[in-house]
Amino acid sequence: MEYFLQQLINGLTLGGIYALIAIGYTMVYGIIGMINFAHGEVYMIGAFIAVIAFTALGLLGLTWVPLSLAIVLMLAIGFTAIYGWSIERVAYRPLRSAPRLAPLISAIGMSILLQNYVQVLQGAKIKTLPPMIEGGLTLMQVEGFSVRLSYLQIIILLLTVSLMAAFSVVIARTPLGRAQRACEQDRRMASLLGVDVDRTISLTFVMGAGLAAVAGVFVTLYYGVIDFFIGFLAGLKAFTAAVLGGIGSLAGAMLGGLLIGLIEAFWAGYFTVEYKDLAVFAILVIVLIFRPTGLLGQPEVEKV
Amino acid sequence: MASIAEAAPKPPNALAGALKEAALAAGVAGALALPLIGFHLVDVTGGVSVESRLSWVVYAMLAVFAGRFLLAITRRPAAASGHRDARRSASGKRNARLVGLVILAAVLVLPFLPFSNRYVLDTAITVLIYVMLGWGLNVVVGLAGLLDLGYVAFYAVGAYSYALLALYLQFGFWECLPLAGILAATFGVLLGFPVLRLRGDYLAIVTLGFGEMIRIVLLNWQDFTRGPNGIDSIPRPSFFGLPFREEPPEGGTSFHQFFGLEYAPEHRIVFLFYLILALALVTNWATLRLRRLPIGRAWEALREDEIACRSLGINPTNTKLSAFAIGAMFGGFAGAFFATRQGFISPESFTFMESAVILAIVVLGGMGSQLGVVVAAAFFIVLPELAREFAQFRMLLFGLAMVLIMLWRPQGLISGREPSIRLGRPADG
Repeated sequence: MEYFLQQLINGLTLGGIYALIAIGYTMVYGIIGMINFAHGEVYMIGAFIAVIAFTALGLLGLTWVPLSLAIVLMLAIGFTAIYGWSIERVAYRPLRSAPRLAPLISAIGMSILLQNYVQVLQGAKIKTLPPMIEGGLTLMQVEGFSVRLSYLQIIILLLTVSLMAAFSVVIARTPLGRAQRACEQDRRMASLLGVDVDRTISLTFVMGAGLAAVAGVFVTLYYGVIDFFIGFLAGLKAFTAAVLGGIGSLAGAMLGGLLIGLIEAFWAGYFTVEYKDLAVFAILVIVLIFRPTGLLGQPEVEKV
Repeated sequence: MASIAEAAPKPPNALAGALKEAALAAGVAGALALPLIGFHLVDVTGGVSVESRLSWVVYAMLAVFAGRFLLAITRRPAAASGHRDARRSASGKRNARLVGLVILAAVLVLPFLPFSNRYVLDTAITVLIYVMLGWGLNVVVGLAGLLDLGYVAFYAVGAYSYALLALYLQFGFWECLPLAGILAATFGVLLGFPVLRLRGDYLAIVTLGFGEMIRIVLLNWQDFTRGPNGIDSIPRPSFFGLPFREEPPEGGTSFHQFFGLEYAPEHRIVFLFYLILALALVTNWATLRLRRLPIGRAWEALREDEIACRSLGINPTNTKLSAFAIGAMFGGFAGAFFATRQGFISPESFTFMESAVILAIVVLGGMGSQLGVVVAAAFFIVLPELAREFAQFRMLLFGLAMVLIMLWRPQGLISGREPSIRLGRPADG
């Protein structure tokens, strides 16, 4: 029971991080119907900016953690968002009316480009960051096994939940969210009704990149180790999460992310660490057999 | 914003407009460069430290400014490139056959040309492997319209089935080749079953996941596959029973002895070259024939409209499964060849990158075009070879080239086979 609880906490933390990345996938897919393969790399760039910023702030003598965390979050979100915007502008917008697979290949190329860009500039070795936020609460202690909830996990969970809540409000209540939903339904009709489609799509990429940057900052803090290749697997799992939840659905991305995090944590905790990724994909396949459009996805109705 | 400047009609003073555009682009470039180019992490004992190199940011901004400025003043009014391609494709089909024959003739005599050495042949073999993989994947993606991001899984199945059969049962290459194809096709059907109901991008992620699953199993099932260490000393192919060795095995004859030649290690390379050429040509021939059979027509019909297919009595299940199986089979053949050529395989060789490159070859070639695949494969393999001296920038350039080519020719180098009659305008996306 104690072990179960501990894995639950770990899984939720990990799942929150996946969910933040998955939202970027699902929004882009919803609005322009393409798999943004470079999104994992955007997250990786967020993580690198976080390490650079934390280290630079440390050199400048800023050691009060809440302030440096706030500054790093802002820097990471800001700069990563510019990356998200530029990627869309350079690699995807010219291909918006091209055959369906052209933007996909462009995105894969972008992903290779960004990975190697970071590798060339920052070196191929792993980068470590000393733990910044230590300590935590002991929830339960039974026969020498204690269930711990670290302060870092609390911060990650709280920030993730509030970001998701804020995000849902943006999509549901604001003019921007309305424009996004309109573009999702019918881009041409939306533009006829005065929605600036280009701007809406750009902002979607900016928002997705911002959330990915937050995930990058969290991962940096949580594991303390990053390299230029982390974007691939994280991106793959986040995309799996988005599909599991039903791609295009915001709630689905959050649910999918949490589920993937939990599956991974429990599989690693109870079975073998080596096959945890296998478990993730196997469950994806099983879910899709029974629900071909994901857990919360709308069944596609095709009219003849 | 650059987008607004671009969307507006060209101002009377084009130079000022170009300058403004360039300044905006440089500004964005500066913001992009600042965190990652302006600062870099240096490894110090016990962690990392940061050093700044802000001058690089200025160089990047200047470069982008100059590039964008040149682009803006030289840019012609946007031409509708799509129409041009449509007109060209009709006459292009007739020429394609001729070009194909010329290329084939050139490839056939390649080993005997004066400049061909071991390096050229090795590169040519690699290109031919990718041509074959591209043609195989073309069946699934180009003809049947099923987006497969995990094609490398079948390549891996083919390679490992040869390696493992040779390792445990001492099978030779020629016995293993058909088995590798059959096993890969079986895996294709296995993958096909659960994903039959999925569409478009759901299919893409499941195939991608499948590719990763195969790799994870190969990596972790150490007792059977030897895990990350890979399998080495995979037997080399023999010339229909005659090995390419200086010293023949007990009681046997070597290739060079049988034909009364001087022993040369190049013999094996030349043989491998013709072997993969033959395998690739078989793939091409089979694909072209299948296209004319009812099953091939059904693939293309399914690609265009699944509902119409159902109502016309085409069974989508069988059609999709056969496409997966046949595509996978060719992947398996190529995998077995890869194993015998390398003599060593490990899960490292079967990453998502491979799937991505093969898919890029198919898409760049122009979905469904056989000749396009050849051109694209040559491009994607030869380009990194040429960029070898740039060492660490190689993959960077590769990614950049992938993006730029897609921007330049979104329909691919040679536009694929279009259905001859269609109603209305094709649907978006």
